[in-house]
Amino acid sequence: MTEPVVFTAAGIRRGMVASIPLLFGLAPFGLVCGITQQGVGFSLAETVLMAALVYAGAAQLVVLGTWTHPAPILAATLTTLVVNLRMALMGPVLAPWLDRMRGWRPWVSLFTLVDPSWALSVRDMNAGGRDGGYLLGVGGMMWVNWIVTSVAGHLLGAAIRPPPGHPIFFAALAVFVALLVNLWRGKLDLLPWAVAGAVAAATARLLPGTSWYMLAGALAGSLAGALRDARRSGS
Amino acid sequence: MSLDPWTAAAILGMAAVTYACRAGGYWLFRQITPGPMLRAVLSYIPGTLFVSFVVPALLAGRAHTAVGTVATLAVMVWTRSLAWAILAGTAAAWLAWSLA
Repeated sequence: MTEPVVFTAAGIRRGMVASIPLLFGLAPFGLVCGITQQGVGFSLAETVLMAALVYAGAAQLVVLGTWTHPAPILAATLTTLVVNLRMALMGPVLAPWLDRMRGWRPWVSLFTLVDPSWALSVRDMNAGGRDGGYLLGVGGMMWVNWIVTSVAGHLLGAAIRPPPGHPIFFAALAVFVALLVNLWRGKLDLLPWAVAGAVAAATARLLPGTSWYMLAGALAGSLAGALRDARRSGS
Repeated sequence: MSLDPWTAAAILGMAAVTYACRAGGYWLFRQITPGPMLRAVLSYIPGTLFVSFVVPALLAGRAHTAVGTVATLAVMVWTRSLAWAILAGTAAAWLAWSLA
């Protein structure tokens, strides 16, 4: 494991191949995002722009769920920041690779960082992988896939033109319900999740028609969990 | 192929903070070591955030939303596959909606 870290075309190719099963699993996510974007009135150009530049499905769906006209610039930006804060914790884990990549390589590779590409790369790194190109290979394929499936969803939405309230839009909510199953770590999550749900419900009632309830719920719940942990370890 | 300036500005704002999270976390953690409190708060954020999105949507939703949620949870716990859970949940919601 003392071999130097490299960044080669072979590593990128290996990452691209490793990403193939993920592309099928995540295709519905991109389709849902495209359908939702079409549903809130995005043009195809706006859908492509968001997919290519933001490339963060969870944040996009949360923001689109409370989209208004004109676009809620500040709320969309802040909500995206909170949803994606978890990414700030993912990058440092890959430091053994990133620290040894030169020039543009770490910064472009980080642009393509998403939860599944991170998970695959950490697994490869811990198994002794020394080629940082792997991260860019997985992430780059997923980025292209994200744009293609978003466009497909947009075109599908335009073809079937579902009215507001149509159950196809439930798919966006289903993404988060399903993700919650993966995120549940056990009893330690009970208190923060309960606080988050209660605060979000109350805030949604107090400030209808805005998306601030997500920030309020997430911050209240996370603080409650962190304070509880601090008290436990302190006593 | 139109581009609304407000929408474009929102997309650029979202893109900027997203890249700041992707690259900024790595950059920042090289300079400083965050304390246990900040780490704990950040570790809870994904779960609490999605709960905060789902709970008000469920409370505001109609019967097909509840049916779809139960189906999504059941299939996700059973298969652990995001794709199957989304498909089954949406199909169940659709069925409940057309029967109502």
